[in-house]
Formats: sequence, C-alpha cells, structure tokens
Amino acid sequence: MRTSRCLFGAIAAGSFLAAAAAQAERGSDGHVSIIYWQAPSILNPYLSGGTKDLESSSLVIEPLGRHDANGNLVAWLAESVPTVANGGVSEDLTSITWKLREGLVWSDGSPLTSEDVVFTADYCMHPQGGCAQLSNFDSVQSVEAIDDLTIQITFDVPKPYPYSVFVGAQSPVLQRSQFQDCLGARAPECTEQNFNPIGTGPFRVVEFRPNDVITMEANPNYRDPDKPAFATLTFKGGGDAAAAGRAVLETGEFDYAWNLQLAPDVLQNMQNAGKGTVVSAFGTLVERLMVNLTDPNPELGDERATPKHPHPFLTDRNVRQALSMAVDRDLLVEIGYGQAGKATCNVVPAPEIYASTANDGCLVQDIEAANRLLDDAGWVRGADGVREKDGVRLSILYQTSTNAVRQDFQALIKQWWSEIGIESELRNISASVFFGSDPGSPDTFQKFFADIEMYANNFEGADPETYLGNWKCNENPRPETQWQGGNMPRFCSEEYDSMLADMAKTGDINERARLGKAMNDMLMQEFVIIPLVHRGRVSAHSNTLGGVDLNTWDSELWNVADWHRVK
Amino acid sequence: MTDIEAFSAPPRSHWNDVWHQFRTHKGALAGSIFFALVLLGVSLGPLIWTIDPQFIDIRARNSGVSLAHPLGTDQLGRDTLARIMAGGRTSVAVGLTAMLLSLLLGTAVGVVAGFFRRMDGPLMRATDLFLALPLLPLLLVIILLFRDALRAAFGPETGIFILIVFVIGITSWMQAARIVRADVLALKEREFVLAARSIGTPSWRLITRHILPNVLSPIMVSATLGIATAIITESALSFLGLGFPSDFPTWGRLLFDSTDYLQQYPERVIWPGLAISLTVLSVNYIGDGLRDALDPRIRAK
Repeated sequence: MRTSRCLFGAIAAGSFLAAAAAQAERGSDGHVSIIYWQAPSILNPYLSGGTKDLESSSLVIEPLGRHDANGNLVAWLAESVPTVANGGVSEDLTSITWKLREGLVWSDGSPLTSEDVVFTADYCMHPQGGCAQLSNFDSVQSVEAIDDLTIQITFDVPKPYPYSVFVGAQSPVLQRSQFQDCLGARAPECTEQNFNPIGTGPFRVVEFRPNDVITMEANPNYRDPDKPAFATLTFKGGGDAAAAGRAVLETGEFDYAWNLQLAPDVLQNMQNAGKGTVVSAFGTLVERLMVNLTDPNPELGDERATPKHPHPFLTDRNVRQALSMAVDRDLLVEIGYGQAGKATCNVVPAPEIYASTANDGCLVQDIEAANRLLDDAGWVRGADGVREKDGVRLSILYQTSTNAVRQDFQALIKQWWSEIGIESELRNISASVFFGSDPGSPDTFQKFFADIEMYANNFEGADPETYLGNWKCNENPRPETQWQGGNMPRFCSEEYDSMLADMAKTGDINERARLGKAMNDMLMQEFVIIPLVHRGRVSAHSNTLGGVDLNTWDSELWNVADWHRVK
Repeated sequence: MTDIEAFSAPPRSHWNDVWHQFRTHKGALAGSIFFALVLLGVSLGPLIWTIDPQFIDIRARNSGVSLAHPLGTDQLGRDTLARIMAGGRTSVAVGLTAMLLSLLLGTAVGVVAGFFRRMDGPLMRATDLFLALPLLPLLLVIILLFRDALRAAFGPETGIFILIVFVIGITSWMQAARIVRADVLALKEREFVLAARSIGTPSWRLITRHILPNVLSPIMVSATLGIATAIITESALSFLGLGFPSDFPTWGRLLFDSTDYLQQYPERVIWPGLAISLTVLSVNYIGDGLRDALDPRIRAK
C-alpha cells in the first residue's frame, strides 16, 4: 500500500510540476502557521482591496493564470497562457480565449467548468455590486463559455496586454453554485459564502474568525494528490511588523511572517537568533526624486508650478544631472533598507525584460565630475559656496513625507548637494496630507510646490504601459485637472508621447519591452526623475519551512502547495 | 546695645526678603542652578564644542562614547552632544519667548477682566473658547496658511520659530488669565484699593501701582510653569514631525528621531529625554520656590 502510494506520488509530481520534487504524501508534514500583522476581514477578494484579504483568500481560491516569482505569466487553472502566437489572443487584440485544465474539481467534489468563470465575471461586473476589482475588468465587453472548458473574453478596444482578467490573486474564480444568490447588492450580505468560499486551492476553510484567525485544512480534492504537505494551517492576523518578525525569527512560534518593514539592523538582530531566515524579493517599487520643471514660486499665484512658468534653474539639464551624480545610492540602501533595497538607475527596474542597463553609470557617486559639469555650465560659486549664474542661486526646496528613513535620506542628500554648491532646505509633510490628493491643500505631491520631492511608487502587475503613461504631456497636474495626474515633473516630449502611442498598439512582448526601455531611458537621461533605491518586499520564514519562493507580482502564498517541512 | 544695633541695621528690602526665603527652598535652589547651567550650556556650549550639529560623518555613524564624540553619534554620524546643545538652544528659546508672550496676554486679559466688570463676561467667555481650541489642528492650519509668507520674510528657521512661538503663546495664556482675574477680583475689594480710589486715583494708575505688584506672585509662578509647558509643546510638535525642518535639531526632534533605535541605542533617547525632563522639573521647582518666597504670609513664618 505504502509503496504504491509513493509510486503514484512520484508519477503525479513528475507529470504536474517537474520543478518541484515529490516531497511526501498529502498532509504528512502536520501543521503550518502563518502570521500577517494585518488581519483578514473577508475571504472574497472581489469585496476587498486589502492585501491581507487577497493573500489569505489565495490559499483557497485560484485564478486562471498568475505571475511567478520572476514576473513571468504562468498558467494556473488554465492549460496554457493564451498569446497571439498560439492563437489564444486574436490578431486584432480584442479577444482572449482561455482553456481550463481537464479534471479540475472544487473542494466539495463538484467539477470546475467554464460556467463558473463566466459567473465570476458577471458577479464582479454586476451593475449594482460594488466590486473592488472592477478595474481589472476594464473594457471587458463579454465573457462567454464556448464549451465546458473554454472561455472567451471580448474587449471593446484592442488590449495589447489582456492579462488583467482572471490573472493573479485579485481575480480568482468563484464557484457558481455557492455564490449564485449573492449577485449585485446582495454580495456583501452573503456572510457564509464570503467567509467560507469553496475553492480549488490547496486548502479549505474550517473556521474563519474575521480580523483574527483562520483555521484551514488540506483540500482533499486538490488536483495534486501529494500536495499540500501540511494537513492543517493556521493563519493568524494582527499585531505589528516587529511582533510578527519576532514570532518567526526569535521565538519560532510561527513559520511565516509577511511584509516586515523594519529598519535593517533591527531585522538583522532578530535573524541572529537563528530560528528563521529573512527573504526579500523585488517588484517595481522605486524610491525616487522628482524634479520640478516648473516654477513653484508662491508669487505666481494660481499659475505657480504650471508649465506657463519654467523653473529658473532646474530646466538646465546639467543641473539635474549634477544632482543625480552627487548621490551615493549604495550608501542610501545600506542606511535605509539593507536587504530590502538595491541601488537603481531606472524608474522601471523590473520585470527583467523591461529593465534597462543603459543608465547604470549613476550607480557610482562622482562629486568631482558633478562639480566640473556645473563649472562648465557657467554656475559659479558665490561667497557662501552656493553656485549662481545671472543672479539665480542654486537653492532648492526639497520635500517628502514624514518618515524616519526619508528624513535620513534628506539629510544625507542635502550634504552631498552642498558639496557641489547647491543649497537645499528640507521640508517634511505628514504622509496623509502629502499623498492625500486634496486639491485644497498646498502640500500634496501632485501640487509639488517645491523644487524636488521624494517618494516611492510602483505599478500593479507586470506591464508598465499605464505606468509609463504617467509622464505624458497632458498628465501634468494643474488647476484645470483639479491637480490630479501622475506627471509630477511636468515633463513633456512629443517623442515620448509617440512611443507611448506605439506601445498601445503593440502586442508583441519583445517589441513592447524595447519601447518600454526606450521610454525609461529617455526619462532617465533627461534626469527629470532621479531614481534612488529599488525597494523590495521583506518577509521571513522559519528555518524548518521549505519551498518559500517570495513573489512580489502576486500573492506571497502563491505556491503554498509546495511548502513543506525541512527535516 | 542690641537694640541700637537692631535699629541701625540697614533697612531690609522686599527683594532681599524674597531671596532669603527662596534660598531656604532646596529644590528651588538646585532647580535654578541647573536651569542656569542649561542656559549657559546651550548659549555658550556651541562656542566651545564647535562641531556643526548638522554635519554628517557617515563613517562615524552609530558610534558610542568616545573622545571625538563624548555622547556618541546618531544613525547618520552627527555628533549627539552638538545636537543636544543646538537643540536646547531652540527649545529653550521657544520656551522663554512663548512664555513671555502668553504671560503678557494672560496678565492683560486677567487684569482687564477682573478690574472692569463690563469686560469680565466677554473676556472670560473668550478664555473658555481658547481653552476649547485643540492646539495641534490649529497649528496645522496656521502652518498651512502662514508658512510661505513667513518663510519668504524671515527664512525657513526664523519663520517657523516665530510661528511656533506665536501659536504656543496664543494657546497657553488662559490659565494665567484665570488666576490673575481671580486675584484681581479679591484685591479690588481690599481697603487700600478703596482708599486709593476714594482719593481719585485713575484706573490705570490703580492697576499699575496697586493691583499688579500684588498679583506678581501668581504671575511669576505661572510664568515658570509656562516655560515648561512651552518646551513640552515644542517637543511634542517636533516629535510629530511638524514645525522646524527635519535636519534642524530641537530636543523633541532628537527624541522623535531616536525612538526607532530605542532598543539598540537607548542612550539616544535618554539624553534628549533627560534634558527635557530635568529642565522642566527644574523650572517647576523654581516656580514652587518663587511662590513660597513671594508670599508674605509664608515669609513671615
């Protein structure tokens, strides 16, 4: 009996995922406990935008495809990823056809069919429902079941990147028979369904206590008969990052802790206890300086920081370049982020095919060259060491949000800039005001009533088109747009806009990557955005937990079926 | 013989008596010595210890006690001793100026409300109104409204200094006003005031000559307590990240910056924390001693 099971397991593993070695039979590794310092309140991602809810529900319900740890698209419930090349995406880029794997069943034993997928789309796109993931269904015209295993999604505009629907933890498939009475306005009322969704994932819910603990057990009908290795799972929520880090790294009470945003030496101290390991992975989050190309002088009244008034000295590319050259990015990483950061010269640092190498010169700090550059450009040091030309002093107001690491960065960068003869005044603004987008406040990052500002931003998913669209000419925040828009530097280039238009018409991934890199390089070589640190996600797992592959493109628990106990 | 000596001894002045009584209060004496030391330290200290408190020596970061840095350095390698002295300069200056402002306001309101019956109602209701004002939201609004104008006129640091002093001043005069009013109300009915009034002394002269000298004791006490409150408020503001630019040290800012390192480098929290607490404590003791010393009934014992 035992031999035959092992044999069967080996065959199944070989046929499913060649990469994952067959560990043991299902449930043989006992219990695993996970701690998230934000507690999940619901297990239905269509009714919540919170990461904690998305990730906890990803243990139970799954999408058709998702991104792996490198940001590549992989098929999950689907047989393969549809592309133009394999005919899954139509030539005019307006429809995509997914085909489900054969023989998939829900944890209650009933089969998963294309009707469930169609139902999920109806569920989210219901006009009376407040679906939190509706933006993923943007411009979807229809979702139809061609046969039991085939789904066709039609868009009303050409979608060069059609992988927002049913891809990733934010867009999983729900069971039709469970949720069919929960459409529209009734969705939030279905407490039983929202707390105990039936899924295809490796675990199923035993008990859900909102904002506290979820108890789960292995899904008896999971498609891989050997997985998951754990028979039961506890998902504990609440506390703070430091406490969660301690529970895994110092006391060993938990096996996995999520998102440990702690100072590098604090984390290092915890890891020294020897119970666990800190892991980090990098998405697209970049801490950067934005350079204001317009004049924020308060005397300009309503026209301040609008393109009508160019900045007195930051419009000089030499000055912007000198600002970038004077910064020692490696030191910033060491001080602020440790393992959770690396120096970068790109505003689009990932996924790999979009990451440019054309700007890597900025990784080395060069104060001398920066000084020479400013000398040659005619900026002469005055009596107080601050450079000036034609009565314009290089004096910068440098703002950011209130945050210990950012204030350290400000102080350091101020000192480097003073070494090249640029004076700066620091200002920090409460994060809720700075990122608050209130058009009535003068201190928002969109209004940018300063010369330089620093913050971090990233893009969702693995496609940078929307993100690069931020720096279109007409995206600059101004009074007419109620100060909304993503083009903080007020950058404007026809060439950039035309490349962006080309990208919107291109379906081929390599061509898209070429355009993406070219646009990134243009922003970098104009020095309107000065990237500093590529910031990663930091989590920790116990030394006895194996199989963790930290994924910043999707749920961190995306491969929980492969987790196992290391002996 | 002894009688003659007693009569020929120089007449004892009022302030001599006060000083005599003040000396007997040990806490007050220690407090005033400490406060004088703090004042000396923050005003003359930077002339002796000349390291720039804003200079970053990144190689020396997180260093402990050494000859080069007697109190160590912070996470960017800035000298802690220099920062404490520079921070104290701002904190104490804010405390003293804000105290003066709130004292002036409080006394004026208190005397006017107590002396002129018609003004009593409106002024005391205004006092209640100010007591109900929440300081932090008010400060946020004021900073938003006047920051750019003040910055243009006086530069970033002086501009914020004026703003903070002004805000603390106009939000902390109420206690002084209430105490002064209560005393003035009582004094007004005393015989010597009635006598002065009966010979036709005008109100202004009555206030400056008879009332004010007699309410000096509560004013002095609330003044010392006011310094303490102002230092604490400024520290709280800096602790919240409002106010002065982030690289401009004040005691509250130093405390705020070091809370993240509480576990590894507790001394970074202890130094500014100690400076704030001891200064406030010493000022409180001075106030306590002054109250005793200025009260003729206690002095007579």
